[in-house]
Amino acid sequence: MSRSTSDVLVIGGGIIGLVTAWRAAQRGLRTAVADPEPGGGAARVAAGMLAAVTELHYGEETLLGLNVASAERYPAFVAELEEATGLDVGFRTSGTLAVALDADDRAHLRELHALQRRCGLASEWLTGRECRRLEPMLAPCVRGGLRVDGDHQVDPRRLSAALVLACERAGVVFHRARADRLSVVRGRAAGAVLADGAEPAADQVVLAAGSMSGRLDGVPDGALPPVRPVKGQVLRLAVPGAYAPFLSRSVRAVVRGSHVYLVPRENGELVVGATSEEMGWDTTVTAGGVYELLRDAHELVPGITELPLTETRAGLRPGSPDNAPLLGPSALPGLHLATGHYRNGVLLTPVTGDVMAAVLTTGELPEVARAFTPARFAPVGVS
Amino acid sequence: MGDDRLTIAGTTFDSRLIMGTGGAPSLDVLERALVASGTQLTTVAMRRIDPTVHGSVLSVLDGLGIRVLPNTAGCFTAGEAVLTARLAREALGTDWVKLEVVADERTLLPDPVELLDAAETLVDDGFTVLPYTNDDPVLARRLEEAGCAAIMPLGSPIGSGLGIRNPHNFQLIVEQARVPVILDAGAGTASDAALAMELGCAAVMLASAVTRAQEPVLMAEAMRHAVEAGRLAHRAGRIPRRHFAHASSPAEGRAALDPERPAF
Repeated sequence: MSRSTSDVLVIGGGIIGLVTAWRAAQRGLRTAVADPEPGGGAARVAAGMLAAVTELHYGEETLLGLNVASAERYPAFVAELEEATGLDVGFRTSGTLAVALDADDRAHLRELHALQRRCGLASEWLTGRECRRLEPMLAPCVRGGLRVDGDHQVDPRRLSAALVLACERAGVVFHRARADRLSVVRGRAAGAVLADGAEPAADQVVLAAGSMSGRLDGVPDGALPPVRPVKGQVLRLAVPGAYAPFLSRSVRAVVRGSHVYLVPRENGELVVGATSEEMGWDTTVTAGGVYELLRDAHELVPGITELPLTETRAGLRPGSPDNAPLLGPSALPGLHLATGHYRNGVLLTPVTGDVMAAVLTTGELPEVARAFTPARFAPVGVS
Repeated sequence: MGDDRLTIAGTTFDSRLIMGTGGAPSLDVLERALVASGTQLTTVAMRRIDPTVHGSVLSVLDGLGIRVLPNTAGCFTAGEAVLTARLAREALGTDWVKLEVVADERTLLPDPVELLDAAETLVDDGFTVLPYTNDDPVLARRLEEAGCAAIMPLGSPIGSGLGIRNPHNFQLIVEQARVPVILDAGAGTASDAALAMELGCAAVMLASAVTRAQEPVLMAEAMRHAVEAGRLAHRAGRIPRRHFAHASSPAEGRAALDPERPAF
């Protein structure tokens, strides 16, 4: 049984845990991360759309503020990370096109456009013909679309790898084992018990275990975040050189009520996603999931059936009751939360790192994140 | 007012609004919308959730004390629907099922042949079957004869919000049925729900009209009032439609104006 002590222990080495650790270490805090596979987690599966504008939903205007704040930080964040590691994270400012395939989808997209404009977001309405001039591989049935040049993309796998290296270079210690239990000493979080028997101690603990955050042993009920796994199946195709560029920006649509997107990378990878299923911790890839994604993607871009299908995978989004993250101090002294990012984990990585570093050094949530305090889910004594 | 509760297969409900959960923007909004709707019975698609997992839709329903009605959404054959219903019974411990067997993905209209086949099998197997059906009075009668506990005709296709396209067929179905007739699918706004109740439906089932509204919680409350208002109007009995006006105040005893000196 080994004991080690640090200022901060981060439970979970996905992108949210890693960015928290990196920013904390940069502020001079001795920081450790517990994760059997740092750089894994939902970001291994995610497409990496930074879609603050095209992913706007009714009733999520508060979350929009945080999403936009994070999108604005992305260019400087990427520059700093690439400078620190020498790694390219695949940040691409090629924009997004959201299209409608029939009159019903078009009406829905028109409403989204009106909402975007009420929220002061930059988004341009295009006719179907204009959409197809931008992206000639789109199906002839496209009825119109929204061009959002500010919704960029990043490659989450490369982002994770860069964050692991940045952490190592900043002096972050990695415990390559799963955290089995939170250690609580005299009513205060004091570290964790790991699967390999190690018991790293820390003055402050950050729970950033994605969809697993809601079930860590040792966390008292009042501090346990209400986070559940929401399964997403995602496909990866390859665009052979002869077909390039195939698509030159992210393309998305609602096809009969299901969301489908295609994200083209500069290296020729084309990501197609994603299902949304409430199946617990199941990460099976199903025939139906693959079929529905290909069916909808084919309706949107008929030519995809010619491309090699290189990977099928399922990941678990950490879903919270209001789809927004839980950031900052929990009900248990010494335990902070950075989880529940749901569809927006990659987008929210820069702002989460900044917010958590501020929380760990000052104990206070900065203004930009005040609405995302875990306290908003505190029971109010009414059943 | 008297006792006017909904009874399905011997179980009574104070609310005549049955909700679905599909399309909800978040669990939090869904929970508040369900509370605002006053519903006591809510249907959940068994092919889209794992009933053994906590923290999802089923936990929300459990926390609110709302009875779960599993459905077979997404099934295209009687075989799939029967299998899905049996898995739901095993997982949730209820033999109630909202039976859906659709013909194609574009319209999501029920496949009448597969539907009747699945209904007969499930009734034989001891299920309490509530079939989602076309607004066809003949098919409705056949489903009732097969032993279904309610008839759930569509007003218009699922999620279309087009309301009740054939109110006359609804009247025919209601007149002949000895089990509750429940509007299923098509309600777009409160007046659609009220109309269903005025036509004599025992209840209204809806999801998209609430979950996809800009303000789901407000729409849920509107639907609760609409169902209550429509039910009261049905019981009160509407007045006959007339071609010409019929003064609502009596003419006798009114002050006669002096025709030589107009008052204005």
